[in-house]
Amino acid sequence: MAQLVATLASTHHPFYLKATTMPREQQMPQAPEWKRKIEAYRETLTRTKPDILVMIGSDHFHQIFLDNCPQFLIGKAPRYDATFYNEEREFGIPKYVLEGDEAMSGFMHQHLMDQDFDFAFSNELKIDHSIICPIITVRPDADLPVVPIYTNIFAPPLPSPRRFYNLGRAIRKAIDAYPSDKRIAAIGTGHLSLELGGPRQFMETGPDPEFDRQAIEWLRSGDIEAILANVDHESMAKSGNATHGFLNFILMLGVAGPEAADYVDNLDLFHTMEAYFTWYAKEDAA
Amino acid sequence: MSKYYVNKFLFTVDRDPEYLKRYTEDPRNFVATWEQSIGPRLNDAEMSTVHSFTEAEREALINHDYVALFEMGAHFFLNLTIFIGIYDAPYMEKHGPLAFQKEFAAKLQHWAGKEYPSVAT
Repeated sequence: MAQLVATLASTHHPFYLKATTMPREQQMPQAPEWKRKIEAYRETLTRTKPDILVMIGSDHFHQIFLDNCPQFLIGKAPRYDATFYNEEREFGIPKYVLEGDEAMSGFMHQHLMDQDFDFAFSNELKIDHSIICPIITVRPDADLPVVPIYTNIFAPPLPSPRRFYNLGRAIRKAIDAYPSDKRIAAIGTGHLSLELGGPRQFMETGPDPEFDRQAIEWLRSGDIEAILANVDHESMAKSGNATHGFLNFILMLGVAGPEAADYVDNLDLFHTMEAYFTWYAKEDAA
Repeated sequence: MSKYYVNKFLFTVDRDPEYLKRYTEDPRNFVATWEQSIGPRLNDAEMSTVHSFTEAEREALINHDYVALFEMGAHFFLNLTIFIGIYDAPYMEKHGPLAFQKEFAAKLQHWAGKEYPSVAT
């Protein structure tokens, strides 16, 4: 059976590449520290020598729109183009082509259906920065095949936090059951408190630093019960109108299992709290 | 009212450099063109008869009025990203980084601490 070698959950800040590659004299003061933290985080993946990456993200109205809007979708294609024109324009993110793994995508899709997660699928999926940002940060050579999974964190009504956690558990079961000797890493991104297009955007901190501190502690200790007792759609909206990206962290904790993280780091940037978590698989976590 | 159609406008224009240029330079004419021949398009062969703008929605789009669009429940991401595409560079040149984003937030301060208009469609 395949082996899950690492579960990574982080924020995805689309300006990382631009902020750390522009001429030094124009860089923000935190850029060197940010780069050091990202490189340390990258090492938590590199050392596990993965063969395939299961990538969890959320399309930001790039391929997916309100005319046809799935809650959960899996890519099943031989390869994936990435980065849309408006992401190049706004964030300076280059285009990529990622290899797919149709066999694993097909297996995951069926296994998730068998676990009562009725996934939508796409045979021609162009992926956006929610999946390319972590490629840039933790696998910048973009040299591994991916199985992309998209969740809806954007267009209400959204699935519940418990549903996201249970989906993470189901993804873990599907990875563990995959008949292959490959080493799998699961990499997901989302947000802590975040405001976009509202009165609390682009402040000195994220819109709810208290939530950010609490969320990091919950994830550090793997305390899913505390998360489910305290976080719902209304509470996330109070913490910032785009805070629902936290649902992907809940999903990733489901992949890891309710365990303390093996690696935790964070960085207070000018309008968000960035956070980076890695769990290494333990025998009894599945 | 059609929040969906407003979002469709923002979505189709933000993703297309030619549309965005026309919406930047001549919003009134471009919105008229969009309503006539771009918005109703379902795909390359099919047209939809379902949606249309209210007068208030049309005026908000013509005026690049992101405050009105926010208040109508246009999706926050679409409503931000398209106007960053139009205004970020000129604001940056005049007033420095994030000047447009901060002005955007300042103009919405009367919503701070309140429940925002729903973006559900």
